[in-house]
Amino acid sequence: MEFALLLGSPLIGAAVLAALGARRYAPELNVAFSLLTFLAACALTARVIGAGDITVAHDQFFIDPFNVFLVTLTAFVGLTTSLFSRPYMRVEMQHGRVRAPQLRLYHSMFQLFMTTMLVALTTNNMGLLWVAMEAATLSTVLLVTLYRTAASLEAGWKYFILCGVGIAQALFGTILLYFAAEKVLGAEGVSALLWTHLNGVKTQLEPKVLSLAFVFLLVGYGTKVGLAPLHNWLPDAHAEGPTPISAVLSGLLLNVALYAVIRCKVLVEGSLHSPLPSQMLMGFGLLSVVVASFLLWRQRDIKRLFAYSSIEHMGIITFAFGMGGAVANFAALLHMTVHSLTKSGIFFAAGHAAQKAGTQLMEQIRGLITLSPTIGWGLMMGSLAILGLPPFGVFASEFLILTTAMREQPWAIPILLTALGVAFAAIFRRVQPMVFGETTARRLPHPPALLPVFVHLGIVLALGLYIPPYLAHWYRAAARLIGGS
Amino acid sequence: MVGTPLVMQLLNLCAALLLLLSFAMLSQRRIVNMVNLLAVQGAVLFMATLLLAGRTGQYHLYISAALTLGLKVILLPWLLYRLIRRLGVYWDAEPLLNISGTMLVGVLVVVFAFGLAQPISQLASTATRNAIGIAVAVILLSFITMITRRKAMSQVVGFLSMENGLFFGAMSATYGMPMVVELGVALDVLVAVLVLGIFFFQIREQFDSLDLHNLESLKEDAAVRNE
Repeated sequence: MEFALLLGSPLIGAAVLAALGARRYAPELNVAFSLLTFLAACALTARVIGAGDITVAHDQFFIDPFNVFLVTLTAFVGLTTSLFSRPYMRVEMQHGRVRAPQLRLYHSMFQLFMTTMLVALTTNNMGLLWVAMEAATLSTVLLVTLYRTAASLEAGWKYFILCGVGIAQALFGTILLYFAAEKVLGAEGVSALLWTHLNGVKTQLEPKVLSLAFVFLLVGYGTKVGLAPLHNWLPDAHAEGPTPISAVLSGLLLNVALYAVIRCKVLVEGSLHSPLPSQMLMGFGLLSVVVASFLLWRQRDIKRLFAYSSIEHMGIITFAFGMGGAVANFAALLHMTVHSLTKSGIFFAAGHAAQKAGTQLMEQIRGLITLSPTIGWGLMMGSLAILGLPPFGVFASEFLILTTAMREQPWAIPILLTALGVAFAAIFRRVQPMVFGETTARRLPHPPALLPVFVHLGIVLALGLYIPPYLAHWYRAAARLIGGS
Repeated sequence: MVGTPLVMQLLNLCAALLLLLSFAMLSQRRIVNMVNLLAVQGAVLFMATLLLAGRTGQYHLYISAALTLGLKVILLPWLLYRLIRRLGVYWDAEPLLNISGTMLVGVLVVVFAFGLAQPISQLASTATRNAIGIAVAVILLSFITMITRRKAMSQVVGFLSMENGLFFGAMSATYGMPMVVELGVALDVLVAVLVLGIFFFQIREQFDSLDLHNLESLKEDAAVRNE
């Protein structure tokens, strides 16, 4: 019941918003559907706490500790983003950057995008996971090009073609996975792609085929995670689309793609008995951290800056999953949560900052704090949080990852610390003058919604100070499930 | 399970035709012809699926054959022809690598593809296991088509041809994916083409051309754009 509501609410929302068009109350309707989705996610979570793992519709969908917290997180950020987008898109309309038909597309596709991500998270079928991931790309391509500027069209094309080619690799990987599974589970077909069934027989799967499959799956879904050197689409798509879309791309889509990679890794590692998948994850992760932190220096656009920061953090998380084991997995899951909340919060603040200054160029955004202290402080606190300063949650997870790395993979420590230091300097030197100093900002026709920023940062702060026992319990259960050395 | 040799021979013929068509696509510069080739590729794929369905008696292969006929032979080429006419893009510019060079790379890629498919073919128990190498070759050749073309339209044709290769690979290795997945993939491909149609009109509205040269301003440090 809760489950049907979870997937049904955004799907019906997409249809209703497409049918109604850009009415005056469309943004409120968008919020209402997102709220309904979030409530369904909460109800589902409550049920899972009480009754343990559940499967729905003949095992086609399932909820376990690994995906339940991602479902809640996705629904929550979806809700806050819809709250943020209400005044944001109204301002964009007043500034003449979007018109009514585009707003209709925006609201409808936003809900559709939420549906595809929730399907990707909850489906038990590795084939459907692929279908949902591709659908997530398709539903956002036209949102990236919403402003119809030359740059946004280029970003949209890059996003479509790079993610399309990437995800075609993942389809080949899925075919290989099915090929190996069919030998064990039988050709009746229906159960051979179900993750829970595969997980039960993973030690019998043919290692040669699975290692080949993993290469394709990692490259395919890794393109969507934004792992270097497959990250080219990511900064463009983030910078050129409307800010609410940047927030959900960075905060949610990257997580969902990484979730797909990790699900595959669990299967492959069980079959292979070799550290190959872990080493590949660590390699891609470290490369992304290094590449992103150095490219951060060259950015002049505020949204590109934080998009590169997302690549860096996805690299850190991938590296932590690569190390494996209870502590590193725990830290990676925590980092997924806090990064998602912090980064979407930052995009909210950065979006309003860019509206106030009338440009996304950081040199021309100055002195936010004089005209609107809330945006200024939101951006400042968000940046400090994402840079890993205590007492925010990012500090806790990065600290755990670094201490584990010191024990397990000491060679990586100098690389990680250098990259983190470089990223710190690169972001801080940009954010500081944007927040303080002489102002260039102007007033907005609608009061900005900053509640989501502070709610997100508040949760991240709380997670840095204290992790509630049931959340820690989930993380531990999910970490056990993911396993690794 | 001893099928008539004729069916197997026909299946192998289909596989060979698919490879040939991929090479033809690689050498073709006229976009309408590329779409023609794509439609023929779809038709060969349909034949192969039908033959395999008849031989193995697998019910779901008939459905995917019908899906292939409807989507890849009729609907997608029709949509692409319409787009080409409405947008007036008929020729691709000189490819980044000249035709004979591309062909040479293509031959090397085919050798590589058979090497890659070797371990899978050995493990496969399907009657069509020899065709897995060809499927991988089709995927990689389509990939080269996408890399060496400049027009957005020909890249899309390459993309769809890659999907055909994937479909053929799934068919020859495991007699196709589960039905629900195949339906989902087909839906995604259809939506992708529709989205691209809208997208192309946006691009042309903005640039008056579908040449991807226009789409090269977003470089790492060239983010100097003002609203």
